[in-house]
Amino acid sequence: MPLIRDGAPVDDPWVTVDDGTQLPMDGPAMVSLERWQAHRDELLGRNAPLGIRLKSDQSPALIADDLDRFAVVALEFPVFRDGRAYSHARLLRERYGYRGEVRAVGEVLRDQFLFMVRCGFDALEVRDEKAVEQWREAVSEISVVYQPAADSATPVWALRRRRYAAE
Amino acid sequence: MYRYDEYDQTLVDERVRQFRGQVARRLAGELTEDEFKPLRLMNGLYLQLHAYMLRVAIPYGLLSAVQMRKLAHIARRYDRGYGHFTTRQNIQYNWPRLEDTPDILAELARVEMHAIQTSGNSFRNTTTDQYAGVAADEIEDPRVYCEIIRQWSTLHPEFSFLPRKFKIAVTGAPNDRAAVRLHDIGLIMRRGDAGETGFEVIVGGGQGRTPFVGPTIREFLPKKHLLSYLEAIMRVYNQLGRRDNLFKARIKILVHEVGAEKFTAMVEEEWQNIKRDIKDGALDLPAEEVERIRAHFAPPPYETLAAAQPAFEEKKRADGAFATWADTNLAAHKVPGYAIVNLSLKPVGGIPGDATADQMDAVADLAEHYSFGEIRVTHEQNLVLADVRRTDLHALWRKLRDIGLATPNLGLVSDIIACPGLDYCGLANARSIPVAQRIGNRFADLKRQHDIGELKIKISGCINACGHHHVGHIGILGLERKGEEYYQITLGGSADQDAAIGKIVGPAFSSEDVVDAVETVVNTYVELRQNGERFIDTYRRVGKEPFKERLYAAD
Repeated sequence: MPLIRDGAPVDDPWVTVDDGTQLPMDGPAMVSLERWQAHRDELLGRNAPLGIRLKSDQSPALIADDLDRFAVVALEFPVFRDGRAYSHARLLRERYGYRGEVRAVGEVLRDQFLFMVRCGFDALEVRDEKAVEQWREAVSEISVVYQPAADSATPVWALRRRRYAAE
Repeated sequence: MYRYDEYDQTLVDERVRQFRGQVARRLAGELTEDEFKPLRLMNGLYLQLHAYMLRVAIPYGLLSAVQMRKLAHIARRYDRGYGHFTTRQNIQYNWPRLEDTPDILAELARVEMHAIQTSGNSFRNTTTDQYAGVAADEIEDPRVYCEIIRQWSTLHPEFSFLPRKFKIAVTGAPNDRAAVRLHDIGLIMRRGDAGETGFEVIVGGGQGRTPFVGPTIREFLPKKHLLSYLEAIMRVYNQLGRRDNLFKARIKILVHEVGAEKFTAMVEEEWQNIKRDIKDGALDLPAEEVERIRAHFAPPPYETLAAAQPAFEEKKRADGAFATWADTNLAAHKVPGYAIVNLSLKPVGGIPGDATADQMDAVADLAEHYSFGEIRVTHEQNLVLADVRRTDLHALWRKLRDIGLATPNLGLVSDIIACPGLDYCGLANARSIPVAQRIGNRFADLKRQHDIGELKIKISGCINACGHHHVGHIGILGLERKGEEYYQITLGGSADQDAAIGKIVGPAFSSEDVVDAVETVVNTYVELRQNGERFIDTYRRVGKEPFKERLYAAD
């Protein structure tokens, strides 16, 4: 599936390895939480980047102490209506200070892109090439934000403070 | 009232453009109905039984005359000449065409209005006391905080896909006119130890198929921390609220399942963490922003008037119909010489909450002439002119009578809340509106209504309880059995500071018998009441048994 990272389409070097399937000898591999918990030492012994994929009912609190082991944390949207991963992304960025890639996977639709970016996702696995073209419009069509979040957008309060203080 | 600045206006304008694009994609066939559905729901557009329905947000029920005229214009031009004011203090139009909806939203944006988040599993319109800012019993004007919550909750990136819809109500007065204990979050302004104001926080009230009166999870929250505390509640709910069952997804179920004490502990822990996470106190209410918003709600330029108004009293003595209306539909104003005026949208035999375009225009004119150009919508589906000089009341009353908005029935048996029911709604099992109309006709004699006194009847056409039947003194719930409509009656519900869920009195009644049953309940009360008791007082004293006996005596 196409991958958008920081707004640009990129090749995806990551392989998602199902539980029970042999890990590739080298190259970046993404595993489930269950696999990580069961085979931690084996996974750390691999000499290649490791990623983890969390289901929407798996809080990043479960891996908070190990985050420096992962180059990617992928958060699942099993359906677009399941909004738990928005909270999880913010926790990763704002509470645990995670600097690696936070990737949205699953049902990742154009009209959610802006919310995802604001919550700290920097990579989106999208359905098709069309979504790649739509990215820029989708994240820029609403320019005003009322809340601080995990992105760099300046909330309206701060803009007002500057503007009205200057008057 | 609050006026948009360039930021507020930009967001709403961008939203219109975005929605226009989405509708264009839908009409061009690029989006299927399934794909379009979540997008239209983010903008208040439902697909009902017969047509689309558009719900327009009226933040905390406050409208300017200019906005009211726009609502009238939309009713006339894009709908069938009327609109329906709702229990969330919003308005909905029942017959818009899909292709017109972007134009409707563009017209609304021109008067600082929108339909953002009037549906979908996100924050809905924050509601408040319809007497906010003018009530004699108020600690502080809650609309300032409603507006702060409105902005914070608009397109919140983390909380736009909650397990279920989410409703917040705020009141600034100890007498609760906003049903705060029946909301996902209810906030009551309180005084702290040093006299400063803050909030009592209630979480997990609600109606629907599992009604709860919400527990208090914090007795006093300093105002500065309002939004960080709300974020903590929301984050706990967003992660742990049930998503496996639509009927168990509201926060009330989570609070009930984990228990209020444990839920409170989770919120408090999350709150401490959030305060550390958010850099530079960016969620703490900035004093200058609170003051900026408060300035929008500064009192209008009241005249200095005597509390006693002999001319008003003289008119009452001379005109019995006026006196009846004045005694029923007015409320005490904090400023001497002024009154709060309720405009009943419950004419005998009418549809609760409906207003025609002509009525809306007329109300706009009257608001400009008599009440500083502002109108409020109440959660009981009436309108309010909040700042009328007592000396103007008689003239205003005559004009209201001319447009059919002077029915003197506020809080009486015919001031009924009813959901749209099976006449419009795809979820309904039974009709609500005709039952309300028939009850209104049965008690058409206003003398009798006044003798009965305060009595709140609320009717829902299905268990989702949009008509608030759980908290009606008499609640009526429509059911369907083998293609027939039946109505279950509950007694003793209340939405005020003594909030209570009504108790089912017995087996349901047929559509034919339900009005008789209501009358039997009312007659039983009249026989049992003592020393000026209201219906709810008598019920609380005697319980449901005497009513049950009378209702089912023949069986």
